[in-house]
Amino acid sequence: MLDIQTQLFDAQDVRFGPIDHETHPEIESKWTHDAEFMRLMELKPVRPLSPAMVKKQYESIEKDMDESKNLFYFTIRTKEDDRLIGKAVVEWVDWTNGNGFLRLGIGAAEDRRKGYGSQALSMLLRYAFGELNLYRVTAVVPAYNEGAVRLFQKFGFMEEIRRRKALNRDGEIWDLVSFGLLNSEWREQVRA
Amino acid sequence: MKDIYRGSLVRLCDESPEVLAKAFLKWDRDTEQHRLADSDPAQLWSEKKLKEFIEKHAEKKSQSFRFSIRTLADDKLIGGVGLWVASWTHADTWLGISIGDRDYWGKGYGTDAMRLAVQYAFIELNLRRVSLGLHAYNERALKTYQKVGFKLEGRMRGEGLRDGVRYDSLWMGILREEWLALAYAEETK
Repeated sequence: MLDIQTQLFDAQDVRFGPIDHETHPEIESKWTHDAEFMRLMELKPVRPLSPAMVKKQYESIEKDMDESKNLFYFTIRTKEDDRLIGKAVVEWVDWTNGNGFLRLGIGAAEDRRKGYGSQALSMLLRYAFGELNLYRVTAVVPAYNEGAVRLFQKFGFMEEIRRRKALNRDGEIWDLVSFGLLNSEWREQVRA
Repeated sequence: MKDIYRGSLVRLCDESPEVLAKAFLKWDRDTEQHRLADSDPAQLWSEKKLKEFIEKHAEKKSQSFRFSIRTLADDKLIGGVGLWVASWTHADTWLGISIGDRDYWGKGYGTDAMRLAVQYAFIELNLRRVSLGLHAYNERALKTYQKVGFKLEGRMRGEGLRDGVRYDSLWMGILREEWLALAYAEETK
């Protein structure tokens, strides 16, 4: 049972933390130089970012969180050594209708396939449904990101929209897939 | 070359912020109109603020293409249609339309304006795709979009909540090749 004693930002091997403006820009700058990773995460044209540029982005993210009140941004850290390994985000929250969009990424190749993404998604869902009280969440994924498709399916997301031929990458045309999970569906999973 | 701003019932044009603000002031009073077109809460704004919104939108021209809609018969300003290019790299745009003046609902004006906006996306902006979303309860819009050639690509379950009732949103798209086939069929009819 989830209750007020069950920590929101703490999982088995990873935890959520805030941005660290001192140490994180260096690490995230490295991720942005991995074009393959960035093309799984972003629909915009990818470009490598210097630590100084990442720092600026962090500042604008925190400003946006503070002012818009519809963005919730977490860094994912390993519990063992408090290393930054990724990010988990609830964004574009529509409070009137109770919707939000999820985004999640594990930055370095050596940190993938270890269950960190699943643990982070578990925390993110509990935050979206148990803390923000959203009615539903959406995750938008390029069809070529098979890892993300499998992850969201594993968590019971339903494929709701398939925007045909919405992406053009490497001269190939791909669908853009949108997955949805309702608060009620998530609660059933947690109970089981 | 043909006049891409001119349809069979309406034409697309640009209005000065003063004129448009006055029109919105009137249309915004009709909450059914707002709730068919939008998922934001209905709100009422001053003429001054409306004018400022319109002026601000006019600055973002590189991604946003907004038109006003006037009837050909009596040159009446009845609504607006806009394209918001989601991505130039993927050549995809969002489309939104609203006929603010309810006297012009269900008479083909919206369909005519939609055809012009879609045509603009494909033959002037040279995009590959046009996308849109609508409330599942907006059956008139669904029929219009199907008539113009949009295909249903999915639905977000319970995305909206109005008057205590949950409803789905529908998501549609039309591809360049689909539109070309329709346009060709129309010309050779």
